[in-house]
Amino acid sequence: MQRIGVFVCHCGTNIAATVDVKTVAEALGHEPGVVISQDYQYMCSESGQNLVKNAIKEHNLTGVVVCSCSPRMHENTFRKAAAAAGLNSYMVEIANIREQCSWIHKDIATATEKAIILGKAAVAKVHLNAPLTAGESPVAKRALVIGGGIAGIQTALDIAEAGFDVDIVEKNPTIGGKMAQIDKTFPTLDCAACILTPKMVEASQNEHITIHSFSEVTDVKGFVGNFTVTIKKKARFVDETKCTGCGLCTEKCPMKKVPNEFNMGLDNRSAIYIPFAQAVPKVATIDPNYCMMMKTGKCGVCSKVCSAGAIDYKQQDKFIEQKYGAIVVATGFNPINLDKYDEFAYNQCPDVVTSLELERLMNAAGPNGGTLLRPSDKTHPHKIVFVQCVGSRCDDSKGKPYCSKICCMYTAKHAMLIREKYPDTEVYVFYIDVRTPGKNFDEFYRRAVEQYNVHYIKGMVGKVTPRSDGKIDVQASDLLANEQLHIDADMVVLAAAIEPDKTARPLATMLTTQMDTNDFFTEAHPKLRPVESATAGIFLSGACQGPKDIPETVAQASAAAAKAIGLLVKNSITCNPCVAHSNELMCNGCSSCEKVCPYGAITYIDKEFRMPDRTTAVRRVANVNPAVCQGCGACTVACPSGAMDLNGFSNSQIMAEVDAICK
Amino acid sequence: MQVNDNKEFQPLIVAFCCNWCSYAGADLSGTNRLNYPTNVKIIRVPCSCRVNPMFILRAFQRGADGVILCGCHPGDCHYTSGNYFTRRRMTLLFSMLDFLGIERDRTRVEWVSAAEGAKFAATMNEFTEAVRKLGPNRRLEDLRCRKQ
Ligand SMILES: Cc1cc2nc3c(=O)[nH]c(=O)nc-3n(C[C@H](O)[C@H](O)[C@H](O)COP(=O)(O)OP(=O)(O)OC[C@H]3O[C@@H](n4cnc5c(N)ncnc54)[C@H](O)[C@@H]3O)c2cc1C
Ligand code: SF4
Ligand code: SF4
Ligand code: FES
Repeated sequence: MQRIGVFVCHCGTNIAATVDVKTVAEALGHEPGVVISQDYQYMCSESGQNLVKNAIKEHNLTGVVVCSCSPRMHENTFRKAAAAAGLNSYMVEIANIREQCSWIHKDIATATEKAIILGKAAVAKVHLNAPLTAGESPVAKRALVIGGGIAGIQTALDIAEAGFDVDIVEKNPTIGGKMAQIDKTFPTLDCAACILTPKMVEASQNEHITIHSFSEVTDVKGFVGNFTVTIKKKARFVDETKCTGCGLCTEKCPMKKVPNEFNMGLDNRSAIYIPFAQAVPKVATIDPNYCMMMKTGKCGVCSKVCSAGAIDYKQQDKFIEQKYGAIVVATGFNPINLDKYDEFAYNQCPDVVTSLELERLMNAAGPNGGTLLRPSDKTHPHKIVFVQCVGSRCDDSKGKPYCSKICCMYTAKHAMLIREKYPDTEVYVFYIDVRTPGKNFDEFYRRAVEQYNVHYIKGMVGKVTPRSDGKIDVQASDLLANEQLHIDADMVVLAAAIEPDKTARPLATMLTTQMDTNDFFTEAHPKLRPVESATAGIFLSGACQGPKDIPETVAQASAAAAKAIGLLVKNSITCNPCVAHSNELMCNGCSSCEKVCPYGAITYIDKEFRMPDRTTAVRRVANVNPAVCQGCGACTVACPSGAMDLNGFSNSQIMAEVDAICK
Repeated sequence: MQVNDNKEFQPLIVAFCCNWCSYAGADLSGTNRLNYPTNVKIIRVPCSCRVNPMFILRAFQRGADGVILCGCHPGDCHYTSGNYFTRRRMTLLFSMLDFLGIERDRTRVEWVSAAEGAKFAATMNEFTEAVRKLGPNRRLEDLRCRKQ
């Protein structure tokens, strides 16, 4: 019989306000095996933990039940406390009477009754707990960063700085992400390229960093400290090691009618291209959809002009496999597709552009060399209307329910830059709310209004109609003046909502990390573990976790790096001891468990058994490798003989919980 | 189970929640103070595929009026494939239970992610109501187990 101690926490008034903790402690005190049952204000505090530790020593406890907040919050705290008092940490169970009781119920009588039942279930379970010891597994001293935007670059630089090898996998031909496309940055208005490109170069020159550009992750196996990742290096038809990035091929290529994705399709590039002058790696890539050599077999100009002999029309996708201890996801974001927004005439009128397109139009390296001209007729726009929240904060299925966070600020930036450079251009901004919570952000926005006379109008744009005279009729409401407006605009700029990259969802499946309903990666805890995913060894960096501006992205990137370094410095990590094991006497070697194990943790060994007639017989039985088993329990249910069981969540433990709840 | 003349029937609901998505979703509905009835009692399992049909039968035998199993959305299982086993296994189990007289509305599989606190609470409210309408489970309840 176990000697169990029950500790009921008030959590200030978080629990005590709706659950009568004294009654709970009293009731649980009568459960079989419970030798002490106490309540305390804050069980997780130092004095609370001491209470638990002292009780363990004083009463020789063999099991502990803490009725408190979610085990996801403090299970570890109490496990450590138990270990400090000499009790095996796996002899501790938590009854979740806060998140799953006091916070959701209002009636004290029924909430208290439920808390008692949850406590009883935990006591019933702990009766069947057995001490467990965690094994160790080695840590591969290399990190993988997926996505080479500013987030991925910063994370890689920080990890490399600590002396660990790190690989960046970027799906595009160059690293840099969206920041490489931006012109100036709020709130300081310094030029994005001037602060980004030195970092890109630093990453390419760092001896610890390997950049796999134009590459994708296609498979992830393993677990924390021990991931095996397959990386597909997509054929770019140019030998990366030979190409010097001189760009002669891009000039000579006769196929020059390819929409330039770096400039958001606002101008054209050649079939062999280098995305932009400061690309890293500065290596050409052939676009097989347009290359005439690939399509018709006639041309071959680039291969003739390339003095380095780097062109290889027969190049194939290459797969490499690498072991990593830690993985950082930094896949960033994209503006949403505006096809569904007919009312803004985005698809009908070339002078209706998105904000990211405007960044290119204003950029010195953009299609017009930095002079802001209407895409349609290359004339100077005199009246520009900005529409905020296009697809953000939307309840309908067209848009996104969240605030994209960066649009208010970049629109203020755009408005200011335009007014600064072209004082004769009038700028209108239609907004629902202006949100500027950030260091120097509100000051920045007020400068746009007060110093640059940008017309901010609270109201919605109803319809944008291109007119035959080249002007654009913008029909909108002014909510404060309570009137309808018509503006003859020359250009309309839409602040499109941002969403996670489309490749993030399949990646999350490969990594077995969670995403929210909008496909942003979910952090392990919204407040206390913002850069870790719930899956050990996988960290989150940048806008893939939620909308972020550059300062926030960089802060999170460095934080993710710190977490990854914290893992990589360890030579080994303690494994989860809640793994499966088979009872060799009951196992009949049927292989059912092996087939369902997602990790291949189960193998079969031949084992000698002594038979009743004193002879020995050799039988094939299942054997679980505890370093590989992740403890899902699939095998336990598949096993027809009931031989397979899971530590910490055994058949009898779960049955005991069911019984306690149903009693 | 309690039936009382002047009080409405209070069904006993056992909810199995996988640790990675649904248990976290349940925590989130707590953090957001989204109410659902006290009838629901949650048991934490590592993955929805850890739930042996035996546990569900046992719950009904011991007098549960409804059993709900919550896991990660298909494709999102922390162990990649566990919830696919769950889906197939529970489809079979529930149709067998239906055959035995345990109505479909007493059993349910629901995918709830760690971010879906609202969905968790809404599901529990709906499910409890559905079971309440059906009344007590008398088919599989083993009267010898009933508390006096
Ligand atoms: C119009 C506009 C203006 C802005 N102006 C400002 C500003 O002035 N100041 C400011 O602070 N912020 C600004 N921002 C926000 C800024 O762009 C972001 O904060 C920043 O780019 C986020 O960086 P990131 O690395 O997380 O994402 P990204 O820049 O999106 O980088 C992600 C990278 O990952 C790659 N990737 C994606 N999926 C995969 C995959 N599966 N495998 C491999 N690689 C992958 C992508 O190709 C990309 O290179 C602006 C944003 C927009 C849209
Ligand atoms: S619990 Fe079983 S199925 Fe799951 S990982 Fe371990 S051995 Fe494989
Ligand atoms: S399923 Fe059970 S009986 Fe079959 S091999 Fe695995 S442990 Fe043995
Ligand atoms: S971990 Fe949630 S269903 Fe497998």
